[in-house]
Amino acid sequence: MTSGLKRIWNTPSLLVGLIMFAALILLTVFIPYISPYDPSEQNLSAFLQPPSAEHWLGTDQLGRDLFTRLIYAARTDLKIMVLAEIIPFCIGVFLGMLAGYYGKWIDTVITLLSDTLIAFPFYLIVIIVAFASGAGERGIYITFILVGWIVFARVVRGLSASFRNQEWVASAQTLGLPGVKIILRHLLPNVLPQAVVVLMTDMIGLLVAIVTLGYLGIGITPPTPDWGTMISDGQPFITTAWWLSAVPGFAVVYTGIALSLLGDGLADIWRKK
Amino acid sequence: MELALQIKDLTVHYGGFTALDCINLNLEQHTTLGLVGESGSGKSTLARVIAGLIAPHEGKILLGTQELKKKRSREQRKTIQMIFQNPDASLNPKHSIRQILSEPLLFHKIVGRTDVEQRCKELLNQVHLEQKALDKFPHEFSGGQRQRIAIARALSVEPNILIADEPTSALDVSVQLSVLELFNTLKAELNLTMLFISHDLGVINAISDTVAVMRQGKLVEQSPKDQFFIRPKHEYSYELLSAVPKMPKSSTSGGFL
Amino acid sequence: MMSIQPILEINALSLAAKSKERLVNNVSFSLSKGESLGLVGESGSGKSLTLRAILGLLPNGVEQTGGTIKSDVSSAMVFQDPRGALDPLCMVVNQLAEVVYYRQKVSRKASRMIALELLERLGLPDSLKKKDRYPSQLSGGQCQRVVIALALACKPGILLCDEPTTALDVTVQRQIIETITNLQQELGFAMVFVTHNLAIAANLCSRLCVMKQGQIVEHGATLDILQNPSDPYTQMLIDSVLPLPELEGSRDSWN
Repeated sequence: MTSGLKRIWNTPSLLVGLIMFAALILLTVFIPYISPYDPSEQNLSAFLQPPSAEHWLGTDQLGRDLFTRLIYAARTDLKIMVLAEIIPFCIGVFLGMLAGYYGKWIDTVITLLSDTLIAFPFYLIVIIVAFASGAGERGIYITFILVGWIVFARVVRGLSASFRNQEWVASAQTLGLPGVKIILRHLLPNVLPQAVVVLMTDMIGLLVAIVTLGYLGIGITPPTPDWGTMISDGQPFITTAWWLSAVPGFAVVYTGIALSLLGDGLADIWRKK
Repeated sequence: MELALQIKDLTVHYGGFTALDCINLNLEQHTTLGLVGESGSGKSTLARVIAGLIAPHEGKILLGTQELKKKRSREQRKTIQMIFQNPDASLNPKHSIRQILSEPLLFHKIVGRTDVEQRCKELLNQVHLEQKALDKFPHEFSGGQRQRIAIARALSVEPNILIADEPTSALDVSVQLSVLELFNTLKAELNLTMLFISHDLGVINAISDTVAVMRQGKLVEQSPKDQFFIRPKHEYSYELLSAVPKMPKSSTSGGFL
Repeated sequence: MMSIQPILEINALSLAAKSKERLVNNVSFSLSKGESLGLVGESGSGKSLTLRAILGLLPNGVEQTGGTIKSDVSSAMVFQDPRGALDPLCMVVNQLAEVVYYRQKVSRKASRMIALELLERLGLPDSLKKKDRYPSQLSGGQCQRVVIALALACKPGILLCDEPTTALDVTVQRQIIETITNLQQELGFAMVFVTHNLAIAANLCSRLCVMKQGQIVEHGATLDILQNPSDPYTQMLIDSVLPLPELEGSRDSWN
């Protein structure tokens, strides 16, 4: 146990990334106890106030406490970010292993599929899906399941193909283990670390996409707080209350940095082993 | 003597290149056949075909009296096990030694779940490794120790035939001797039938009963060991044997002008 | 006794990694003109690093922490992996000609001539004269000959060999060693030969240094060491050379 913690301590990127991310998560979990306000609670007599003791980050044009909105929006955005990644991650890792381990026609089919789908610009697909099924979370989930798996499949495919030639795979084969068992029991533990690192980086892109869609008005719908809509809501007041748009933007950057450090840190720690 | 393995007219091509050219080889029960050859001779390919990793294009392999088809049954797989050259890659880096040893035991139902732990300890004992090793991972061991674990794993399913593909070539000389000794001990204790591959004739001499020589995909000679080393039949065997550097006996020693 | 003045003198050489781990510790030996010295040891003995220190090419993260290396002549090295030592995208005659051009300071045309001469001396096929080839089109043994040619193109006083035959087949190994021996007699360079194979070192070198974990545990004339080893590690190395029965009808075809 202690040796694991020690390794984390000795990897600065992982340590800082963990602290940053943990701080964010703690805030989102405990926000009801930290803030007395409700994120939708309007107070028109206290609109567009600058940061003060009462309102740590000030209020927006409807008098809602910005800090509270910010953290509730974090809940929304982070939740979608994680949920939207899970299924594509599993699909991509599994398909990647199949393609890399078996090769031949399985590989050809999967590669063809991923090469075709990746040619479509992500935002184009999201917008089309949003118009087809309505704006909101659902569009993001559907789109990501359609194309989000590709990046994992590619990385895992390469890894699996290189592992396939290693003698420990040959040993499992001489033992008589069926292919699926070899993939799940032998290949997966070796492929997972790198896939997780890719996941961290991918999540940043997804977060930006969620926020952008919210900004464009085709993502999360009000009144659910979301960093994207907060940025676009604050746009008319950019000269007078610039913090309305800047603060959620900064929140996105902060999360991106935290995830990036986590990814780097994990890559470092696994490489050292 | 009964034949453990019969190889008839085995051929393997890769595109235009013939890796194995009509190989005919017999392996007698409870003996060790030393297979020698240089790079490109096809000896590793032959090992992998026998182990069921590569499918031959022509010819057949008879295990005892059964013919081994392209798709082998679980029982058939159990009977031929292999130990590989590279100790760094022969064990799954993410599996503990316990997992590595218990997997074959459980998959082939050699012992029940309750007896697995005990059997793993016995196996480690047989290869002269301590029981603490069960909780550790491959990277915590040296090359020689990893080879011992690979040997333990191969032996765990009680195979009829053990194929060792250059198991000592990647090890330091000091470790090579101890691993070779282990092979010799196990060979006597368990009355093994072995196909031992090496490019090192000294190793072949130490472990084999019969010697077979391969060159560019063809089997060039197969002779009893003593005969091979003193009076080989084929010219190429002679070439190989005379190319081995020997320790100087008397006043001949090079390097001074 | 030949010339007394050593052309290479290593005194108390110590090399360490960035983590302060001692890789080579207090190593001393000298080399006279035309002499062959064998550095024998297993992996981790520091023999390869010592060679690199002589050449002045220590890998990243390793530095000299003590001792001196004094040499009057230049050295060139033959590496273990012949394919790794050659540029895969440059044809071999061109590679060799380039080294000659920069090292011997002659014209481009003359470099090419000298390169072809060297290759012939190394026993490479004449077909190379007509059509240059990439390293991937040559065998391992042929690549190693090219590497030796590259080293000799520098006209070194000392040839440093780092396990040059370990990656080669035994028949090719014998040819390469024969070639090196002949070249040494022709050109008169001294040699430091690193290997883990005591038999090869014993046949090639008149003096041996046995290294273990960065230190020299025994050194002296080859035959003395082989017949009367004073260190148990040396004895272990001697014992690990597996004996072969006497081959009928062979003269000592190894010298």
